[in-house]
Amino acid sequence: MSTLTKADAAAAAPGSARPPRGSAGPRRKNRKYNRREALAGYLFISPWIVGFLVFTAGAMIYSLVISFSNYNLATNSGTPAGFDNYAELFDDPKVALSLGNTLFYAVLAVPLEIMVALGLAMLLARVGRGAGIFRTIYYLPKMTPSVATASVFLLLLNGNTGAINNALRFFGIPGPQWLIDPNWVKPSIVLMTLWGVSGTMVIFLAALKNVPRELYEVAALDGAGAVRRFFSITVPMISGAIFFNVIVLTIAALQVFDQAYLLFWRDQTSSSPAASLFYGVYLFQQAFRQFDFGFASAMAWLLFVIILLITLLQVKLSNRFVYYEADR
Amino acid sequence: MSGTTSRAGVVGFDAELTDAAARTARSDRWYRVRSRTGKTVLWIVLIGLALVFLYPFAWLLAASLKPRSEVFDNALIPETLVPHNYVEVWNQLPLLPWIGNSILIALLAATLVAVSSSMVAFGFAYFQFPGRKILFGLVLATMMLPGAVTMVPQYLIWKDLGALNTWIPLFGANLFGSAFYIFLQRQFYLGLPRELFEAARLDGASYWGLFTRIAMPLSIPSFVIIFLFEFQASWNNFQGALIYLSAGSVSDYTVPLGISYAMTTFSPTNGGHGDYQYVMVASLLVTLPMLILFAFGQRYFIEGVATQGRKG
Repeated sequence: MSTLTKADAAAAAPGSARPPRGSAGPRRKNRKYNRREALAGYLFISPWIVGFLVFTAGAMIYSLVISFSNYNLATNSGTPAGFDNYAELFDDPKVALSLGNTLFYAVLAVPLEIMVALGLAMLLARVGRGAGIFRTIYYLPKMTPSVATASVFLLLLNGNTGAINNALRFFGIPGPQWLIDPNWVKPSIVLMTLWGVSGTMVIFLAALKNVPRELYEVAALDGAGAVRRFFSITVPMISGAIFFNVIVLTIAALQVFDQAYLLFWRDQTSSSPAASLFYGVYLFQQAFRQFDFGFASAMAWLLFVIILLITLLQVKLSNRFVYYEADR
Repeated sequence: MSGTTSRAGVVGFDAELTDAAARTARSDRWYRVRSRTGKTVLWIVLIGLALVFLYPFAWLLAASLKPRSEVFDNALIPETLVPHNYVEVWNQLPLLPWIGNSILIALLAATLVAVSSSMVAFGFAYFQFPGRKILFGLVLATMMLPGAVTMVPQYLIWKDLGALNTWIPLFGANLFGSAFYIFLQRQFYLGLPRELFEAARLDGASYWGLFTRIAMPLSIPSFVIIFLFEFQASWNNFQGALIYLSAGSVSDYTVPLGISYAMTTFSPTNGGHGDYQYVMVASLLVTLPMLILFAFGQRYFIEGVATQGRKG
């Protein structure tokens, strides 16, 4: 149900062609709306309108109201609390801690995901026959449920006996205590995320195949080397896909939950490192363990504003860097 | 912002189309590595990466066949083979009800969202009505809404409806369509020639008939794509099950929540014996259907793309 899953789905969604002229699209408006047709249109979209009013718009208003109250689960009612919940955002040191952890994770994860995904896509784009089997293999982790990923990585990342440290030891590198050392908690989750980076890779692969070959040929004739071609042709030509992936991955990173919860917070008796308290986890705990819905809603709104600001900033930056073909 | 969203989505579609076309028609050999050494290096890198991506699966398979004392030993080939784990796991965990629950919920979630999204998409694609553009812009805007913002109020809405500790919250909202799927189906419907519908209208078909007899049958490829994506999303949904089901009875859990529960109860800190081999078996069993779905789905996607490509 998360929006990000849907966005990820764009990765493998195959093509519906751009609408040709004279398509099922709306007729040119040289006449007034046909009333019967308009009514039928509203009826067809009515499920979405109801869903939007209840589960999106309604829910957001509900959330805003709750954030200004102290909701009591037992009596199912709230007492007005003014800005108390919002003031608590600044008083509760765990809010700043979890926000810091989350931002740090996002700054670490998103560029790495983009680089690894683009690298893999460029490798695959260079293979003719046989690319399909590799694309399938690289995509498999994306199909793996997060619980399965977590249960495997819980053991792979074990500092003493885990396979990752064994591999590092083979190269003479002493591996860290991934899941215990506060400095290595976030890289652990980044590693798990990178294992499932193939959704992003597929989007890049699709974008790469859309770059006109002639550009590379001309550039090569002009004596541009591989690095120059990458930065002067590939990057600008797929900047739309880069932009899309950066936004989607950033929003996902700021809401990271499953992996962190499963690895560190599932077991409520264990002492989890403070470095693993992500915003999504703390929000979940406040809402569904403490049942402090007022405070949790205030936290959700803070996250919403932060995500909105970051996305707007990215959109603004993208206007300078993203290249769109003029006629499309 | 909505404009950029749709644009980025379209990039994906068009490119997949080109992907299929490239395989059949175009010769873009220039881009490919030609020298023998280059090719060898490329293949070594690709195979090496494939091993890295496959390693956790191999490891999972190995661990699921080990006795309790060896689960943590990190050997890729188990010293002692215990295939009996695959029998015993059904006694150790209520895996059968979990799988049944997960299948039922995923089927309902996928079917409901595919039907409702198709209907809404047809409304946006075929009909002219005041506010159509603004409403569709809203559809696209909801794609960017972080799920965390609506998590708490949606919980309270389901609570008010008396649906806590039932499966309803895990598929109920799918009755109302979902933004990305609406966008996907609308793109497909916009590609259908309008004359097809006008002719049916002249033959006396109702608007509903246009949808059920023409639009739906023609859009089966994209319908299946929506179904598969949502089935996967529902099957993997951990957070939703955690919120809505964890206070209820264990046999009502879905597989992801069940595995998380098993990880906790088997943990020695909770008085368990560290029987992680069963967690590994269960993890493998929950992953397998998705891998099969992908094997089936990937072929389907390519076929669908090829069909559409030929039509265009």
